[in-house]
This record gives sequence, C-alpha cells and structure tokens, in this order.
Amino acid sequence: MTASTHLRGRRGALWLGKFARLLLTVAVTFFGLLLVTFLIGRIVPVDPVLAVVGDRAPKSVYDRVYLELGLDKPLWEQFWMYLQKVFTGDFGTSFLSKRPIVDDIARVFPATLELATVGIIIGTLVGVPAGIWAAVRQGKWPDQLVRVLGLVGYSAPIFWLGLVGLLVFYAKLHWVAGPGRIDIAFEYSFTPKTGLVLWDTAMQGQWAAFANAFSHIILPGSLLGYFSMAYISRMTRSFMLAELAQEYVTTARDKGVPEWRIVWVHALRNAAVPLVTVIALSYAGLLEGSVLTETVFAWPGLGQYLTNSLQNADMNAVLGGTLVIGSIFVGLNLLSDLLYNVLDPRVRRRA
Amino acid sequence: MSALTHTEPRGTRAWLLSDHPTSRRQARLGQSYRTWLALRGNWLAMVGLAIVLALVLVAIFAPWLAPYNPILGQDLNTARLLPPLSPGHLLGTDDLARDILSRLIYGTRLTLMVVALVAVIATPIGLLVGTTAGYFGGWVDTVLMRFTDVVLAFPRLILALAFVAALGPGIENAIIAIAITSWPPYARLARAETLTIRDSDFIAATRLQGASSVRIIWKHVVPLCMSSVIVRVTLDMAGIILTAAGLGFLGLGAQPPQPEWGAMIAGGRRFLIDQWWVATMPGIAIFIVSLGFNLLGDGLRDVLDPKGRK
Amino acid sequence: MSLLSVENLRVTYPTRQGPSEVVRGVSFNLGRERLGIVGESGSGKSQTGRAILGLTPAPGLATADRLEFDGIDLRQADARQWRSLRGRRMSMVMQDPKFSLNPVMPVGKQLMETLRTHGAPRSEAKNRALEMLEAVQIRDPERVFRAYPHELSGGMGQRAMIAMMLVSAPDLLIADEPTSALDVTIQIEVLRILDKLVSERGMGLIFISHDLRLVSSFCDRVLVMYAGQVVEELQASDLHNARHPYTQGLLNCLPKIDGDQRPLPTLNRDEAWTK
Repeated sequence: MTASTHLRGRRGALWLGKFARLLLTVAVTFFGLLLVTFLIGRIVPVDPVLAVVGDRAPKSVYDRVYLELGLDKPLWEQFWMYLQKVFTGDFGTSFLSKRPIVDDIARVFPATLELATVGIIIGTLVGVPAGIWAAVRQGKWPDQLVRVLGLVGYSAPIFWLGLVGLLVFYAKLHWVAGPGRIDIAFEYSFTPKTGLVLWDTAMQGQWAAFANAFSHIILPGSLLGYFSMAYISRMTRSFMLAELAQEYVTTARDKGVPEWRIVWVHALRNAAVPLVTVIALSYAGLLEGSVLTETVFAWPGLGQYLTNSLQNADMNAVLGGTLVIGSIFVGLNLLSDLLYNVLDPRVRRRA
Repeated sequence: MSALTHTEPRGTRAWLLSDHPTSRRQARLGQSYRTWLALRGNWLAMVGLAIVLALVLVAIFAPWLAPYNPILGQDLNTARLLPPLSPGHLLGTDDLARDILSRLIYGTRLTLMVVALVAVIATPIGLLVGTTAGYFGGWVDTVLMRFTDVVLAFPRLILALAFVAALGPGIENAIIAIAITSWPPYARLARAETLTIRDSDFIAATRLQGASSVRIIWKHVVPLCMSSVIVRVTLDMAGIILTAAGLGFLGLGAQPPQPEWGAMIAGGRRFLIDQWWVATMPGIAIFIVSLGFNLLGDGLRDVLDPKGRK
Repeated sequence: MSLLSVENLRVTYPTRQGPSEVVRGVSFNLGRERLGIVGESGSGKSQTGRAILGLTPAPGLATADRLEFDGIDLRQADARQWRSLRGRRMSMVMQDPKFSLNPVMPVGKQLMETLRTHGAPRSEAKNRALEMLEAVQIRDPERVFRAYPHELSGGMGQRAMIAMMLVSAPDLLIADEPTSALDVTIQIEVLRILDKLVSERGMGLIFISHDLRLVSSFCDRVLVMYAGQVVEELQASDLHNARHPYTQGLLNCLPKIDGDQRPLPTLNRDEAWTK
C-alpha cells in the first residue's frame, strides 16, 4: 500500500519535472520569437519616427518622438522596453488603422481561425481514412491514387488553385459564393459575438445567413483542407504501415479478430499517438497557408491583414501579426506534446 | 595472380557492380550506379527527372526557344489579351501584349536561380550549425539548437514575409529571406548525423593524431553528412519554388516586368473571369516544375531510405 | 483420428532471384499431445507454425497436399472460417510479450477481445478473463486486468499472453519460442503453467523452440528441422538414439556438468542434408 502511494508520488514528481522542462522550452522559444521580431523591426529601412509623426512634422516634434520611442538608448535597452510592452499587451499602434495592433488582431483573428478550423476538419476527415486505405492496400491502386493526390497537393501553388477554384466553381458553375465571408445582404442579419460567422449564425438561428456563410467558406476551406490532407494522408499511411507490421497485429489475427477491427481499433489507436502531432502541426500550417488563401478570397483575416500591412510598410502591424502566428505555432506544439503524453500510456505512466 | 583474374568480369557495368571494389572511387561510383538502377525502376521518379532536366535545358536555351521578347510587348492595339492557340501565340498574350509562352520560358531562369541560390546559401549554414552543434555538444549544442528551434517555430512563409518587408521587395531579398528560413531542418539533420559519427573510432583516431576540431569537422564530419543533407535539399526544392512564387504573387518577390511566374499570376488576376489564361498558364508551369521536383525527391527518398524500401 | 495433419507443407517467398522456399515439404500428424519442433533460426520452424494458422505474412505463399484440422480442410477455408477457427479453436503464443501485446490497450480488454470476437457477452467475457488470469497464477488478476502491457514484467506479460490464447479453450495451441525472451528462472515457471493447462485441458500443443533440451524434457515427440525440412522425428525419450548427424551435432553441443569438453564441439553442416 505505502509502496504504491510512494510510487504514485514519484510519478507525480516526474510529471512535474517534465512539465517544467516543457514550459522552459516554450519560454525560451517565445523569448527567441520576440528577439527575432524585434531585430527584424530594427533592420527595416523605414524610419520608425517618421512612421509616427509623418514626414512634414517640425524638427522639435521629431526629436520628442525620437526620445519617446527610446531610439537613443542602446539596443538591449530598447529590447527590454519592447519586452515590457509586449507583456502588457501593447504591440504599438497601426500606422494604417490608427488603432492598437492588439485590437486589430483580435478583430481579424476569428475569420482566420474559422477558415483554418474548417480546413483542418476537412483535411482530417479525408486525410486519415485515405492514409489508412493506402496503407491497407499498399502498392495497389488506392495507394498510388492517394500518393498522386498528395503529390499534386504538395506541388500546386495554393493561391493559383484558389483562383482556378473561383473561376470554375464561382464564376462559371455558380456552385459557391465568391470572395468574402458573407454577402452584404446577410451581414446585419445577426449579431457578431464570437466573430465566427458560422457559429454566430447557427446559434442565433439565422439559417439563411448560415447557408450563405457556408457557401462562402466551403471553397477556401476545402482548399486548405486539401493541402493539409496531402500531408496528413501521407503521414497516416506511413504510421499505419509501421503499426500493421507490429507483432501485436499478428496476435490479434491469431485471436480471430476481424481485419477491420485490427486496422481501425488496434493499429489506428497506436498510430493516433504520433498522428495527433501531425494534425496539430498542419493546423498551425494552415494559418500560414491562410496568408495566400485569404488574399485570393478577400477573406478579412490575419493573413490579409498581414499582407495589407506589408504592402503599406506598417511595420508594427507586420511584427505584431508575425508574433501572434509564431506564438500560435509554439502553443500548438506545446499542446501536441501534452496530448502525446495523454494518449500514449507508456509515456503517461513512466514520464 | 590468376586467382583474381578469373572471377573479375569485364565491362564498365561489371566494374561498377563489383562486390569487391578496389578503390574508394569505385565503391562510391558503384553505390551511385546502384541508386540510379533502383531509381530507374520507378517510372514516376523518371518523369520527375525528365521534368527537372527539361527545366534546366529550357533555362539554358531560353533565347533560342522563346518566340518573342519576354519584356517588350507586341502591338497593344492588336495583340493584347489574345487567347491561347492564336496564330503565333501558342499560350496567348497578356494585357501588355506580351507572349505568355515566351515569358514562361524566360521564367524558368528565375525559378532555377531561386532554387540554386537558396540551396547554395542555406545548405552551408545548415551544415555549419548542425555539425558544430553535434560535434561539440554541451552548451554549444544547446544554444545552437535552441536558436534553430526558434527559427523553426516561425511559419516559413510568414518569416520570409517579415524579412522581405524589412529588406524591401525584390527577387534578391526574396532569395535571402527564403534561405534564412530554410536552413533549420538541414541543421537538425546534420546534427543528428554528426552525433552518430562523432563517437566512431576513426574520429577518435584522427583526434589522437592531433587534428584540430575545425579540421575534423570540415574534413571528416561534413563530407559524411553531405549526402543526406543534399537529398533533403532536393526534397525541399518544390517548397522553395512555391514559397518564391507566393512571395512573387504578393508582390514581394520578383518585380515587374520580370517574367516571374508568381508575379505573372498576380498580374493576370484582374482578367481572371474573361481572360482566364493569363493567370492560369503560369500556375500550370509552377505546378509542373514543383511536381517534377516532388516526384524526383519522392523516388530518391524511396531509394535512399533503407527503412522505407519495402 | 488426429487433430491436425500436415502433408507436404511448403512456404515460398518471391525474391528478386526468383521464389525462395523456406519450408520445403513438411509432413506430420498431431493428436492431443505435445509436439516439439526444434531447429536453428531460419530453419523454417516458425514459418511452419504460421502456415498452420494461415498467417503466412505477405508476400509469402503456403501450399500443402493436405492441411486438415479436426476434419476441416484448412486449404479451402475462407477468411470467415479462418476467423472462427483462430482464437476459438486454435491459437498461438509468441515470443516476446513486449511486442505481441497491443501497447495502448489494457491487458483485460485484450483478453476479453478474444471472447467477444467469438460472441461471448461482455459480463461473461470479463468473468472468464479474470478466471483465466487466475489460472495462469497471477496473484492480483484485477490489477493485471486493468494494467497496460508495459506495466507488466516479462513473465507476467507472457502469462497474460498465454491466458489470452487459452481463454477460449482452443483444441490446438502453437507456442513459438514462448519463453526465449524471459529470464531463466521465470522460464521454468511459465513452462510449468503452460504444461499444466495443456494437460488439464487435453489440447494439442506444438512447441517451437531452438532449445533441444527444453523441448525434449517438455514434449512427447520432437521434430528436428533443418533448412526447411524435417530431418528427423523422434520420441522425446529416444533422443539419445538420434541417427541424423544434425541432431547428433545438436546433442553434442549441449554442455554437460560432468566431463570436460575441450575443444568445444561445433556443428558441422553438410550440403547433402538439404537435398
């Protein structure tokens, strides 16, 4: 009795130690993120003072702002100020919208989140079964089909596929709605609460608006889904092949377990452990893909915000957006690490 | 020695496939030849190789292959936005009456340049960081690998965007930005390889002979890491092409009037609905070339990765 | 009538150099007895076991002139019939519980799966699984039932494996090196449990091993395999009368407590044995 509680206590300590290490890694990575964005901000040829005061300001105003921004201080001190600002949630003001960057990002982020979520759902629902199918029929035509579809996904420029998709499904066939999140006619038929249009309209029972929003999101969502599908199906295939070659699969066959159960319960349950990481990483990757997709589909999300700011040399906004996307990357990495621990009983108990 | 001669068959092929290479060069060439034989059996990889070779040839002979000047347009009154298969313009013309086929042909040079320069810049950085970290271990390893992870933590396109924003748009800066964001995976790979080499006996022997660390890394570790890193770079080529095209599409890569494919798509966007070919043709070109690199890379991985061979 | 009869069993694998035969015409009959198959690695003994269960790994191919289990022609069996036989009427214990148990499924669930697959209701399956764990002399069956495979020691794991394969009371058990991955002290214990259950339930056992002495002390009859063929069949008690030079060689290699063996004997292989 005492032995077992003692053991549990030690396991708990190991867990804590591991968690602390993980947090430390995240902290260091995040610090690095901040340093990199800060340095990028400092090598810009754009004069940060002019960006604030405009180029017709008198010398006295220029000098005052110069001192306010701390540009006379050494670089490390400027970095320290930057850190303090970031941790109080102050990313500066956008040169374009004249509003705090944080507010801007909070406004555009839900659009990106919604699009990426639709994308990852499609990618997972198609990619995982496709990968399993390819693994079970290894070397046969389904395997080749999935492989070629994946390679096409890896090879086509996403912005181009988006344009072709718009041309075919919107302009020619009229199957889906065009650019944007929702038609203007529906824009005021619901109250935006979460900023996720599908969610808001569904919660408020505005089904016509929901259908319209769905028809807008389905094309860019499927496109992002296709790209994540390419990666997810390939990884699923290789994980499943590795699992199906394991001896416990033979054991299950020895027991007379039907083949579908061997594949979908025994092997998939084991393959799921690394798959979670893959899905989390492609979710993060979709945020990156969104920069190009949102430009093509005039999707008012973080990606479009970022490109707009870039084209207008709004450096504060660019760095803020970059930092947010970088943090999401780090966050999703951490999440997948934690999930890995939950899913795999070997790691879970042993630490 | 008659005992040796009777078992040695003649011919280059036999020399390459010999089980008892007599020199290091023979062993290495034989290994490459076997890889080639295995690769030749994979018809998808051969298609990929053909596409890549075609790309190189088209880039070299662009001035002879292109029917028109890629920058200067024809008569704006008569030759603007001609559809594909128009007389003299196989793929049509764009809004400045430039022949799209000619622009695509010259565009191969930009694509190849991007791929080659990124490889030339990113590979040495990755090798240097990875081998140094792996060889010295300890805090050097920790610092370098943490730094690598930080760069990896950024989404690649976004980081490239931020760099280009800082450096200013243009194809040179796009190349630098892509290179800066591509080296971390190579560093990781080189580190992993170095770790397996570092403790081997021949390195210990070299060290005992008084060789300096720099010499050991440069003369012994780097050459051994090289092949796997090069394969990895080949696998990344398609990604590099797509990133460059994406930057071009956003107006941050090659600037007009350069015939860069991504920028061409952006230019054709305005005419998408009525003159679809202007934006579509360059996309097909990007797709074919990056598919070629992907097919070749996929085949190479199958051949070179002994675990995936079955 | 014998439980299992095998005639001219062959297993071939296609290779780049043409088909390669790893089992080359093995024939034997098995009643409700304990038959040992001995041979060095690569002699085809495991492949023989796999082929009897119809589980020759792809792309291998097993053929036989006769392969009958309790009057059922296994060569004609379809996937469905195989599934109803495996686990229920014939099953197999493999070498290392570390690999042969599903790492992310609790042991109890894996045990119950054998019964559930063959139609036992949940509560009955659970009771029988717990009983079986007790039968393989696991002191705390409830704990092991809930445990994941990595939480068990090798000996415990192998007992769980045996329990899993015997829980539906099959008529034939194939044990492929069931103790080779275990410590010597635990080996004997596990063997004793296996021996007891086999004789209590009166099932047929095929015991595959490379350990001639272990097999001869444990089985009634021994087949000696070399390069895919049976080179000699013996009663276990007649081992010292072995005539084939390979068997004699194996016997000579066993260390003896009395008597100095210097130089250590080595096995001399003869090309003619494979003919």
